[in-house]
Amino acid sequence: MPDVKNIFDIAGRSMASQMIRLNTVASNLANAGAVTGDKDNAFRALKPVFETQFADQLKRTGVSTVDVVDVKPVLREPERVYMPQHPESDEDGYVFRAAVDENEEMVEMLEASRQYQNNVEVVSTLRSLMMRTITMGK
Amino acid sequence: MNKIGNYLDFHGQALQLRSRRNEVLASNIANAATPHFKARDLDFEREMQRNIKHGPLRTTNDVHFPTNTHPLREQMLFRDPINPSLDGNTVEMAVEQMEFSENVVRYQTTLQFLNNRISGLMSAIKGE
Repeated sequence: MPDVKNIFDIAGRSMASQMIRLNTVASNLANAGAVTGDKDNAFRALKPVFETQFADQLKRTGVSTVDVVDVKPVLREPERVYMPQHPESDEDGYVFRAAVDENEEMVEMLEASRQYQNNVEVVSTLRSLMMRTITMGK
Repeated sequence: MNKIGNYLDFHGQALQLRSRRNEVLASNIANAATPHFKARDLDFEREMQRNIKHGPLRTTNDVHFPTNTHPLREQMLFRDPINPSLDGNTVEMAVEQMEFSENVVRYQTTLQFLNNRISGLMSAIKGE
C-alpha cells in the first residue's frame, strides 16, 4: 500500500472506499428480489471490509486513512419461497430469493453518501487554506 | 536575519501545529465508518507550550551548530466519546466537524497574524 502523505491521500482514499461501498449497495439493490432454484447459487448481499491504514505506525502521528481490504457476502441464508408455478423452482416447488435487506441497503447508501460528502468538504476546505498559505506575505 | 526569524517563529509554529491537527481531524473523518477505529487528537495548548520550552538549542559560541529540531513529536491522545457506538468506533461526526471548523478558523487567524507581521516588516524595510 502506498504511503499516506497528505490530506489528498487521507480524504481521497476514504472517498474511494465509500465509493466501493456505494457500488456494493447498488449491486445488492439491483439483485434484490432475484430468485433461483438453487440455494447455493442464490445471491447474497455483498459488504466491503474497511481497514484503517496508518501513515506511520512507529511514530504514531495519528494520520490515517481507510482502505477496502475485502468484499464479502453476508452470512445470511436466502429466503425459501413456495412458488411451484415458477420455471426455476425445485422438485418441491420452492425457489430461493436473494439474501438482500432493502431497508438495510438504503440506510447504508445514505450513510456512505453522507460520509463521501464530508470528505469532499474537508478536502475543499483544506485546499483553500493551502491556497491562502502559499500567497502568505503578499 | 535571526531576529526576523524569531519575530515570525511563534506564529509559524502555531500554523504548523494547526495544520498538523487539521490532518489528524481529517483522518478521523476519513475513518468515520471503520469498525474499532479510535479517534485521535492533540492538545494544541499543551503542544504549543512544549514547543516554547523546547525551542532551538541556545548557542553560546560561534562554532556551535544551531539546531532547530524539536526533540519530541506531538503527543497524540485519544478522544473520549460522548456516545460510543457498538462497532467500537469512537468518531462522532458532530464533534469532529465542529473541531475541524474551529481549527480551520484558528488556522486562518494565525495566517492573518503572520501576514500582518510580514506586511509590517515590509513597510519598515521599504520605509514608505
